[in-house]
Amino acid sequence: MDAVTRPQGDAAPRTLVLGAARRRWGEDAIKAALFAAAVISVLTTLGIVASLLGETIKFFQDVGVGSFITDGDWKPLFADPQFGIWPLINGTLLVTGIAILVAIPVGLGSAIYLSEYASPRTRRAIKPVLEVLVGVPTVVLGFFALTFVTPTIVHDFLGLDVQVFNALSAGLVMGIMIVPTIASVSEDAMSAVPGALREGSFGLGSSKLQTSTRVVVPAALSGIVAAIVLGVSRGIGETMIALIAAGQIPNTGLNPTQPFETITTFIGATAKGDNPAGTTGYYAIFACGMTLFVLTLIMNVIAIRFVRKYRQAYE
Amino acid sequence: MSPPSPPADAAAATVQVGAPTIPTTPRGARLKELAFQGGMLACLGVALITLAAVLIQVFTKGVGQLDMNFITDLGSSIPENAGIGSALVGTLWVIGVCIAFIVPVGVASAVYLEEYADRSRWYNRFIEVNIQNLAAVPSIVYGILGLAFLVRGPLSLGHVVLAAGLTLALLVLPVVVIAGREAIRAVPPSIREGSMALGATKWQTIWKQVLPASIPGFATGVILAVSRAIGEAAPLIVVGGAIYLSFYPSGLGSDFTVLPLQIFNWISQPQEEFKNLAAAGMIVLLAILLVLNAVAIWLRNKYEKKW
Repeated sequence: MDAVTRPQGDAAPRTLVLGAARRRWGEDAIKAALFAAAVISVLTTLGIVASLLGETIKFFQDVGVGSFITDGDWKPLFADPQFGIWPLINGTLLVTGIAILVAIPVGLGSAIYLSEYASPRTRRAIKPVLEVLVGVPTVVLGFFALTFVTPTIVHDFLGLDVQVFNALSAGLVMGIMIVPTIASVSEDAMSAVPGALREGSFGLGSSKLQTSTRVVVPAALSGIVAAIVLGVSRGIGETMIALIAAGQIPNTGLNPTQPFETITTFIGATAKGDNPAGTTGYYAIFACGMTLFVLTLIMNVIAIRFVRKYRQAYE
Repeated sequence: MSPPSPPADAAAATVQVGAPTIPTTPRGARLKELAFQGGMLACLGVALITLAAVLIQVFTKGVGQLDMNFITDLGSSIPENAGIGSALVGTLWVIGVCIAFIVPVGVASAVYLEEYADRSRWYNRFIEVNIQNLAAVPSIVYGILGLAFLVRGPLSLGHVVLAAGLTLALLVLPVVVIAGREAIRAVPPSIREGSMALGATKWQTIWKQVLPASIPGFATGVILAVSRAIGEAAPLIVVGGAIYLSFYPSGLGSDFTVLPLQIFNWISQPQEEFKNLAAAGMIVLLAILLVLNAVAIWLRNKYEKKW
C-alpha cells in the first residue's frame, strides 16, 4: 500500500509506483454508501418478485394452476368464484393487437420519414412533438378514447354500432400512445445503418424509395423488431386507457365493439374496490400482476437482445 | 442488398461487373415515390393530428369549469362544489416525497455505476441490466409492490402520502439513473485527470468537478422523472388513493389523492358535469407538465457545455 516512492538524493532509480499515500477510510465509506444506493434498484426488483410470489402462491393454493390456465371463466366476485385467466388474456391481446396494428404502420412510417427523408430542420421540429405525445398522461388519453373516439370517430364517422365501453377505441388510442416508442427506437436503428450502404444502393441506380425499403429497413430489422416488441410490452402493461374506455367485463369473444377486461384493468378495478385482504379475490390481484410481470420481462429481454444485435453490427 | 441481376453464384457475379445491367426506371417509379412519401407524411400526420385533437377535446370540455374556486375547492360529491384543491396539495406532497428520494438515490447510483463500478464484476453488470429491466416493468406492478410492502406488510404505512411518494419514486428512479449516467459520461476524462494530478482524491474529484459539471443533466433527468410521476394514476389506484378528499392532505401520514387520480374518479362518475370537471383537471395537469418540460428544455440548452 505504501506506494509513493520519493526518489531522494542519488539513490538508485527505482520503479515509481503511483497511488494513494495511505488508505483513506472516508473514500471507502463513500464508495460503500454509493454502492448501497445502487443496490436499491436490485432490492426493488427483489421486492416486486417477493410481493408477487408470496401472494401468488397463496392464490394457487386456493385455485390451482390448472384451473387458472384452463378454466374459461373469470368470475372472481361470484358466490362460486371462478379464476380462469383466459378472458383477461384475451382482452389484453385484443386491445394490444388493435393498438399494434395502428402503431406499426404509423410508427414505422414516421421513423422512415424522419430518418431517410426529413431535413435536419424538420426532424428538429417534429421530434419534440412526438416527445410531447409520450408525456401526455394516459388518464388523459383514456378520457379522449371515451368521450371523443367512441362517439365521434367509431360511432359517427365509421358508423359502427359500438357500446360505450369497447375494445376498439381503447386499442386505437393505445396505438397512438405506442407510436413514439416504435418511431424513436426504430429511427435510432435506421440512423445507425452506415451511409455507405445507402450510397452503394444509390450507386446501383436505386431510387430513394427502393433504398429505404429494400436496404435501410432490412439492415435495421433487428432494431425495428425490438421497437415493436417494446411497443407490445407497453400496450400489455398500460392500465388507464383500457380501465377508462374498454369497460370491465371479462369477455372471450373477438368483437372489438364490445367491452372487454384486460389483466391490468382487473388489477386496477379490484384494488380500487375495497377487496378485503386475505380473500382469494385479493390474491388474484397478485397472480395477475405476476402474469403481467413475467410477460413484460420476457419481452424486454427479447428487445434488449435485438437492440444489441444491431449495435454490434454497426457500431 | 437486392442485386439487379437474377441471383447467380458469387463467382459469376464478380465476372459480370464489367457489364452491369443498367436498371431502367420503371414508368410508375416517380408516382410510387410520391405515393410512398405521401403515405409517410400521413403516418406522421395521424400522430400529430391525434395529439392536437386530444388537446382540443380536453380544452373545449374543461375550460368552462376553470376558475379560482375550482383550483382551491376540496373534493365533493356535488359537482358544483368540487374542485382540485385537495388533489393539487396531495400531488405536491407526493411529488415532494418522490423528489426527496430520487435525487440522492439516483445521483448516488449513477455516480457508483459510472465512476466506481468495475464492469468485469458480475454484480455490477447485474445492477445495470436490472435498471434497464425495471424501466420496462408496467407501472401498475409498482402499485402492487407499494401495496404489499409499503401500505401493508413489512412497513405497514397505510394508504398515506409517504407510501404513495415512495411507490412513485421507485417507479421513476431508473429515469434519473439513466439520465444521470449520461450526464456523468459527458464530462471528459481530462477533467478528472487534471483534478487527480493536483492531488485530489477520487471523491474530491467527483464532488468538486464531475458532479457540478453534470448538474444540468441530472436536473433534466429529475424533471423528466417528476413529470412522469405527476401523470401516473394506475399505481396509486392500487396503493389506495381516496375517491375524494374533503380536506387538504397535511403531512406524510395523511390520506391522499393526486391530480390524475381525482381526474380518473371524476371520469368514472356517470354525470356529465363530472366529465367536464375531469377535463378542467386535465388542463391544469397538462399545464403543469408543459411548464416542467419547458424548464427541462431551457436547462438543457442553457447549460449544455461543449468541452
